[in-house]
Amino acid sequence: MGASNIIPLFVVIPLAGAFLISLLGKKIKGLADIIGVISGLSLCVLSFYAVRLYNIHGVLTYSVGAWMPPIGIGMIIDGLSAFMLVTVNLVAFCVVVYSLNYMEKYTAKGKFYTLFFLMLSGMNGVIITGDMFNLFVFLEIAAVASYALVAFGTEKHELEAAFKYAVMGTMGSLFVLLGIAFLYGYTSTLNMADMGAVISRKGTGNIVLMVIILFLMGFGLKAALVPFHAWLPDAHPSAPAPISAMLSGVLIKALGVYALCRIFYNVIGVSPLISSILMFMGTLSMVVAGLLAIGQWDYKRLLAYSSISQIGYIILGVGLGTPLGILGGLFHLFNHSIFKSLLFLNSGAVEYTTGTRDLQQMGGLAHKMPVTGATGLIGSMSIAGIPPFSGFWSKLIIIIAAVEAQKFAYAFWAALISILTLAMYVKVLKYAFLGNLAEKWKQIKEVPIFMKLSMSTLAIICMVGGVLLFANINDVFLNRASENLLQGRKYAVMVFKGIRQ
Amino acid sequence: MSIYMLCLVLFACGLYCILRKRNIIKIIIGIIIAEYGAHLFFILTAYRMQGRSPIYSVEADIKNMVDPLPHALVLTAIVIGLATTALIIAIAMRIYEKYGTFDITKIKELRG
Repeated sequence: MGASNIIPLFVVIPLAGAFLISLLGKKIKGLADIIGVISGLSLCVLSFYAVRLYNIHGVLTYSVGAWMPPIGIGMIIDGLSAFMLVTVNLVAFCVVVYSLNYMEKYTAKGKFYTLFFLMLSGMNGVIITGDMFNLFVFLEIAAVASYALVAFGTEKHELEAAFKYAVMGTMGSLFVLLGIAFLYGYTSTLNMADMGAVISRKGTGNIVLMVIILFLMGFGLKAALVPFHAWLPDAHPSAPAPISAMLSGVLIKALGVYALCRIFYNVIGVSPLISSILMFMGTLSMVVAGLLAIGQWDYKRLLAYSSISQIGYIILGVGLGTPLGILGGLFHLFNHSIFKSLLFLNSGAVEYTTGTRDLQQMGGLAHKMPVTGATGLIGSMSIAGIPPFSGFWSKLIIIIAAVEAQKFAYAFWAALISILTLAMYVKVLKYAFLGNLAEKWKQIKEVPIFMKLSMSTLAIICMVGGVLLFANINDVFLNRASENLLQGRKYAVMVFKGIRQ
Repeated sequence: MSIYMLCLVLFACGLYCILRKRNIIKIIIGIIIAEYGAHLFFILTAYRMQGRSPIYSVEADIKNMVDPLPHALVLTAIVIGLATTALIIAIAMRIYEKYGTFDITKIKELRG
């Protein structure tokens, strides 16, 4: 049982960090930064340790308050959870380092860190929990903190975006709550593994169909799949840049994609119907958001639309349901969270020095800001799928998987949108970083050291991201995660084996 | 059966209010109504016909007890709903300070 004691730390550390920062941050100067970096770093290290522990011991389970699941709340780390934990905490650490400098221009840095760590604990909670209602609670913690963070600037646009986001997000949560109520009424249990076991015993009737629709709407709203995406292009650009990076990089994946995959694959069990709905919605998001993105002139708005489009790739890959498709989807999830947070941090760096987000006013910034320009180039090439960078490999796997599964139309759209993505990032590079330096930007300087450091770290991960596919690393990291989804409702057997040990 | 349907009707009323009303305050009220619909539905899953209160004693048989779990869950959900509503109302107040109106057709600087 010793190894599984690290599981609650993923929720406890950020919660304690948030508490300490809000309590002491104002009294002692600089303490907020120190606590922030320490919590971020320790979470990041712990998440890598969790991957290692999972590979040694198998599934780790922790019973909250020593009440054994299925009665009590169980916290579970399996391959998929460990994978998501690494993704979330890695990005979160880079973002904390970046905020050290960036958040100086706002007045309430302590409040920012408090909300940030509340959001992080919510996300980590969603990932490690094994209990359906607990998932809802953590989802709301993360969501409420993110509503407040979008409104952090309290200017006109921020407030409008935050209101829109809060209303849509609350609706999403209500659909999830209704879905949980139906599911509880049907299975009379809340433990996810136990639910899976009961559903495979009782079969899937009309109630489960209703639950599928409710969850698709609820988590679809959180993940911003296309019919439900209207809040994202407002909310993500309006937040401060580090928060945009967190929201686009990991929040929509932890609350939306992860929860959707976990419930559809491991609890309800994936059927051809769910699979085809997911693939259709994924492709729809990919195409519609890709077309909308290319016409944008606001730097961050373009990135936000491109996020929806890339989420479409992930959902398409996961929805294919074949081992290769799921592997590609999860790999793209990891890559996208790295390069999209990098790109948002870049846009933040540009906004930090020039004070504008309008692409038409920029130009030639790479002369004055070499690090931002170089990392922006790497991030853009990676998301557009240029060969040596990580984005290429994951898109390639998704397209190959679609062809293998005889879904030629989906493969065609995926390839086409990949070219469109390249076009939209060439536009960003051309207008923002390349070309002649405009007269009014002659005086600007490169951003401070911590911002450079965090952007360079993410850019290096982008460059070497392809190594995750090498046999040894793939076996302990990505493959474990996709195996967990593939086993479907055998999840219950695996979890209860872990509990009895 | 009809009582379950009424809960969903209440939920749908809230949904209609959110989608159709133009006043921010009315939208918030719509959210609250929809929330109550969902909570009532959750409470109803605990109901047993002529069930008794779920208090365990040695001589009583455990048959036909009302399920106590949804009550605890809905309490949690109500608290979460309170936090969300408080935040949304705070945002609405700040919007009124900036725009001087609650009409969402006049608050649309973000588009595209």
